[in-house]
Amino acid sequence: MSVTHETVAKIANLARIRMDDAEIAKLVPEFNNILAWVEQLGEVDTSGVEPMTAVIENHLRLRDDVIDADPLTGGGVRDAVLANAPAAEHGFFGVPKVIE
Amino acid sequence: MTDLTELGVKAIRDGVAAGDFSAREVAEAFNANVEAAQQALNAFIVATPEKAIEAASAVDAARAKGEALGKMAGVPIGMKDLFATKGVQTTAASHILEGFVPEYESTVSANLWKAGAGMLGKLNLDQFAMGSSNETSYFGNVISPWRKAGSNAALAPGGSSGGSSAAIAARLCPAATGTDTGGSIRQPAAFVGISGIKPTYGRCSRWGVVAFASSLDQAGPMARDVTDCAIMLEAMAGFDPKDSTSLNLPVPQWEAGLNADLRGKKVGIPREYRMDGTDPEILASWDRGIEWLKDAGAEIVDVSLPHTKYALPAYYIVAPAEASSNLARYDGVRYGLRDLPEGAGLQDMYAATRAAGFGDEVKRRIMIGTYVLSAGFYDAYYNQAQRVRTLIANDFKAAFELCDVILAPTTPTASFPLGDKVDDPLAMYLNDVFAVPASLAGLPAMSVPWGLNSDGLPLGLQIIGRAFDEQGVLNAGLAIESRAMFNAKPEKWW
Repeated sequence: MSVTHETVAKIANLARIRMDDAEIAKLVPEFNNILAWVEQLGEVDTSGVEPMTAVIENHLRLRDDVIDADPLTGGGVRDAVLANAPAAEHGFFGVPKVIE
Repeated sequence: MTDLTELGVKAIRDGVAAGDFSAREVAEAFNANVEAAQQALNAFIVATPEKAIEAASAVDAARAKGEALGKMAGVPIGMKDLFATKGVQTTAASHILEGFVPEYESTVSANLWKAGAGMLGKLNLDQFAMGSSNETSYFGNVISPWRKAGSNAALAPGGSSGGSSAAIAARLCPAATGTDTGGSIRQPAAFVGISGIKPTYGRCSRWGVVAFASSLDQAGPMARDVTDCAIMLEAMAGFDPKDSTSLNLPVPQWEAGLNADLRGKKVGIPREYRMDGTDPEILASWDRGIEWLKDAGAEIVDVSLPHTKYALPAYYIVAPAEASSNLARYDGVRYGLRDLPEGAGLQDMYAATRAAGFGDEVKRRIMIGTYVLSAGFYDAYYNQAQRVRTLIANDFKAAFELCDVILAPTTPTASFPLGDKVDDPLAMYLNDVFAVPASLAGLPAMSVPWGLNSDGLPLGLQIIGRAFDEQGVLNAGLAIESRAMFNAKPEKWW
């Protein structure tokens, strides 16, 4: 299966990465090379094989239902959360206007 | 007086405890080496000499008071710049995280500081740990301290933990953290003649480690020898409720358990790893390794891992898929870079920020990942790759019915010149052909130095073990180490 310029442009849009035509044109053959190579997986008979979900068997845990049991992942740290935001204002993340 | 920067983790820890030298003297010696090599090797993104001194002074003070010292007391280390360090810039070698100063400390680095280690600085790496030559960092290539005999060409220190490998080989630090998603500890360790172990998936917490492919990412130590790796892994590992895939198991005493006597052990040699086109010197090093393990008392058995050739293509679906999802968080809103073109809306801001902030290889993998997860292709690519991954894990389970550990080469070639493979992503990916299968199966695996090839460059041997059996891996590594007697180091040119 090979991808076209239009497909790569669509993927760039889905991935939210701005790309001009020259960048997309450069990616098309690279994409096709990589896809042609991974397509050899189609040779493998996987009927009756479950897709892997956990590489080491483990159980998802529930933590105790206690507020701020671990202060590192608890609440009340607004300023720390906002400390690295490129545009924090009034205790919120700032973004460009989304409603026209 | 001995050059303190020639000492490893154990020698420093024991020397500080015995009072042969102070932790501060050690930190000062390594700080000087870091500074002197930065221009030439570019191994660090940020040096933190004051942190190293601060930790060392605390250890010296504790010793003076007669307090018990930690497992890594007085040992200054390098921290791969993928681990969040409170108050110290953490970038994953990307422009999109340039200037990001975490408000918290990763569990692994916190464990190391608690054990008495100090930080010399944040080590360079491939951007978001995506690469095998350390040529995708926004902060420039890391240069290997090794050179081919008779040549001054700059060589790759391996990747993604290339700053870690170069720094240890050049004696800028006795040990460093690495992370391994598809070979990123083992391949760079092999390229520079040091040891490195990727433990069983879940041994080391991923909390505070910049995510690449969460089902594969695993931290581990890189150091000059097997004993140092065992000590440092003990300090790094442990259950962490903040990581949902953390293993709730006690941390074994790997250092105390080290034993190079392999009598009664079986070592499997996977026939599928004898691939066409592999460098004959690599195959010869493997044969020599087999002899060494026989000499250590092990029985050698032939094993089969029939799906080996599909491991790399499966990896290059699974890892980019997880990366495309993980890296969606870089949106120019919560942290990191924001590129807001004049009059742009929210969607344009996302796309502009990510275009400006991610390097070419990162974009390539996000795009591949987005494609294989997109509607209509998900089953053919992603689910098929995850089924193949199950088959690869089953291959290992069957092999470990017949043997205790597996011996294989770490890489198909020695280090290559920078620039050699940058224009051919597939050629670059093939460098991890021997490393990726163990990653896909979540198994502990390590690289130990074998010797120098005919160009005077280091080669490594890889040991893969059963899940949770880091001890078996370390012991086989020690058996090789004590026979390889590797003590070559790069001739100083920087």
